[in-house]
Amino acid sequence: MWEKKPVLLIVLATGVILIGTIITMVLPFAWVNTEADRIEGVKPYSALQQEGRDIYIREGCNNCHTQTVRPLVSDVLRYGDYSKSGEFVYDRPFLWGSKRTGPDLARLGGKYPDAWHYQHMESPRAMVPKSNMPDYGWLSANQLDPQVIQHKMETLGFPFTAEEINALKGKTEMDAMVAYMQKLGSDIPWRQNAKTEIVGDLTNPYAGVGHATMEPWEELYQQNCAACHGEHMEGVIGPELIGGDYDDEVLFEIIYTGIADGGMPSFSNLGTDKVWKLVNFVKYYHLGEGH
Amino acid sequence: MENRAYNYAIVRSFVTWSVIWGLVAVLVGVIVSLQMVEPDLNFPPYLTFGRLRPIHTNAGIYGWGVGVIFATFLYIVQRLCKTPLWSDKLAKFQLWFFNATIIASAVTLLLGYTTSKEYHEMEWPIDVMIVILWVAFAINIVMTILKRKDEQMYISLWYMLAAIIGVAILFTVNAAAVPASLFKSYSAYAGTNDANVEWWFGHNAVAMALTAPPLAMFYYFLPKTTGVPIYSHRLSITAFWSLIFMYLWTGAHHLLWTPVPDWIQTLAMGFSVMLIAPSWGSVFNGYLSMNGQWHQMRENYLVKYLILGITFYGLQTLQGPMQAIRTFSAFIHYTDWVPAHIHMGTMGWVSMISFASIYFLIPRIYGREVYSIPLANLQFWLILVGQLIWSISLWIAGVLQAGMWNAMNPDGSLTYTFMETMVEMYPYWWARVFGGLIYMAGLVVFIYNLYMTVSKGKPLATQTASVEGRA
Ligand code: HEC
Ligand code: HEC
Ligand code: HEM
Repeated sequence: MWEKKPVLLIVLATGVILIGTIITMVLPFAWVNTEADRIEGVKPYSALQQEGRDIYIREGCNNCHTQTVRPLVSDVLRYGDYSKSGEFVYDRPFLWGSKRTGPDLARLGGKYPDAWHYQHMESPRAMVPKSNMPDYGWLSANQLDPQVIQHKMETLGFPFTAEEINALKGKTEMDAMVAYMQKLGSDIPWRQNAKTEIVGDLTNPYAGVGHATMEPWEELYQQNCAACHGEHMEGVIGPELIGGDYDDEVLFEIIYTGIADGGMPSFSNLGTDKVWKLVNFVKYYHLGEGH
Repeated sequence: MENRAYNYAIVRSFVTWSVIWGLVAVLVGVIVSLQMVEPDLNFPPYLTFGRLRPIHTNAGIYGWGVGVIFATFLYIVQRLCKTPLWSDKLAKFQLWFFNATIIASAVTLLLGYTTSKEYHEMEWPIDVMIVILWVAFAINIVMTILKRKDEQMYISLWYMLAAIIGVAILFTVNAAAVPASLFKSYSAYAGTNDANVEWWFGHNAVAMALTAPPLAMFYYFLPKTTGVPIYSHRLSITAFWSLIFMYLWTGAHHLLWTPVPDWIQTLAMGFSVMLIAPSWGSVFNGYLSMNGQWHQMRENYLVKYLILGITFYGLQTLQGPMQAIRTFSAFIHYTDWVPAHIHMGTMGWVSMISFASIYFLIPRIYGREVYSIPLANLQFWLILVGQLIWSISLWIAGVLQAGMWNAMNPDGSLTYTFMETMVEMYPYWWARVFGGLIYMAGLVVFIYNLYMTVSKGKPLATQTASVEGRA
């Protein structure tokens, strides 16, 4: 029948296409982004952050970075608390992405100090030698246009103040990008909640090892710490590490849990063994042979 | 007599332009694959990976894929309906508007005007152009079908009509946005809703642009080439209706483990697995149509392209449902496994069928024999080997990286940092560059062969024209 009647075929096909569409695409609007989804503390983007977000979209950062942490052990250990629907209610468009050529950024806010981001955006390979992320230093040369940004905020219906818009004068696209990076995933207090508790005794398993044993551990230091503390622990974004006289246990705690408000990230995901190696390396290696 | 009124000029133009955009897509693909291993090849602000990658995907899907759809559908619809196109003028408009749209897309994407939504990156003014283009195409096809000479519509026409409706619905719903300026808009949906709408669109773009149209081509060109009809009409009917019914439920398999409500994910998972049936319905229909004809695989290069194409479709529709299962997705999602899946579909399935279709069309629309069959065979092996290197190396890379991401120390901490896993990808990314270059060499052979056919090919003997006579 329908094989002889094109109009009938079109009507039937439309109907068939609409069934799955209505159930899995239209219906969910009744659940998603409703009151039940709301999370207190999740706020719209400020003018500067929203502009940073728009630049993130313009540059296609989403082609290499995702922004959603799955409730899977390895995701949560690597990136932080898993993502919740209510955290995205102000995201137009969503930026969850589909490919992790670089790491997930959903929980990036507060992980690094601003200075780290400026340097990393300027030259990713200066911080992370094998990175394939393009350089974005040229963003610093582009001034923001407060008028345009104000109009965008109005279009989105986000609250803003005149001072906020005024303050955009003289700021660059790089400032906006860093502001956006620092907002990511930090509307809920997950860092405080996820703060790793160190349980049990802390005894340095490598106490008293020789210089030669420590040599291969330099790799760990160069990979994880050198970008902020300098190749020779001389200090860059983070302080110089030579000369600090912390106890082994205190040093372990600093590295393992980080200094949340100071810009020192937590390295608990390296595991206790590697952190102990770093403790010994940081404390004793520069002393040379036979300390 | 009637024959003379068929509009083949428009088919010729669409073949030419789709091949040009196909070359652009592959070239940009090779460039972005190089940027992933050699980041110094990024030239900001325009030529960076983030801006070029969407040009590769959109040139591939809209320039090459949809270009071939336009070329073949405008041909098939006239043959199957035994009547010339409804409007030659509209077709001409469609051709130039198509090229204008593709150029406008490429330029605006380079300038950074993007919505960021995958396969729908173009900003709203281009969306408007795409809608106009599609309506022009739809009107011509539907009106031609309405004035057809044969009452019965062949299978290919069903898939065509479904694709036309499907793309129209998907594209317009996902395009909804509030413009802030000429080239910046904000999605009409927010967060999780936006994600769900986008992947309802994204997956069904696969269904309506990369599955239904190549199936329409396959169902038409396979019997035309072998001279034997499709094995089972009843199987065609079942496969058609269940395919277009089931696909629409599966979008959320791109969003497993995300904040999208669990029941949507579960439905997507279930329907994805069920999709094996209608997909393989067409695969079997193709294979069984070859009963007693398998010798043609050796004798006729077109059969080789078509059967390899449907085989990759079969593999694709087994692998896809596997990826749609939560536990498997947890492992390979976000890794290089997924691009490997995509490229078996695009380079293997869609492009193989497209190459076959164009080789079939060329003698009929130019009245010349294909310049060189050995070159067509060489091309076959180049694109096959290029694609296999591409996909296999990245499947390995994906599994390797997934394994490293999930590896744990005895104390419950992660074994590898992100960078330790990422540096392991470089050799495989280099292998992809290599595979891509081989594939591109195949494409260059194709273009050379087409060029030589058109300029130097022998005029056609009458015998092909009689094959033509069978609708
Ligand atoms: C070609 C892929 C690629 C593109 C495009 C890209 N990145 Fe990256 N990004 C990476 C890789 C790989 C890393 C990990 C190595 C590093 O830190 O450089 C990374 C790391 C990062 C980090 C550090 C994350 C962390 O937790 O350590 C930030 C922040 C970042 N990128 C932001 C951006 C922004 C903003 C853009 C767009 C302007 C962008 N990236 C574009 C690949 C990319
Ligand atoms: C993103 C940059 C960054 C990275 C990477 C980093 N640190 Fe730090 N680190 C800091 C900053 C900033 C401080 C200062 C925090 C404060 O005092 O508030 C700091 C403080 C410290 C301190 C305390 C020093 C003192 O004198 O108070 C130690 C010890 C330390 N880091 C060790 C390490 C080790 C070991 C690594 C590698 C595993 C590392 N850090 C990686 C930024 C970083
Ligand atoms: C039964 C049929 C199919 C199913 C169930 C299926 C399933 C999937 C799944 C689950 C993904 C997401 C993988 C991930 O991100 O973890 C995916 C990605 C993809 N598939 Fe398939 N697939 C099927 C057939 C096809 C075909 C025939 C093509 C044709 C080219 C195709 C093209 C793609 C593309 C382009 C993507 C990438 C989307 C992105 O950017 O993330 N698929 N598929």
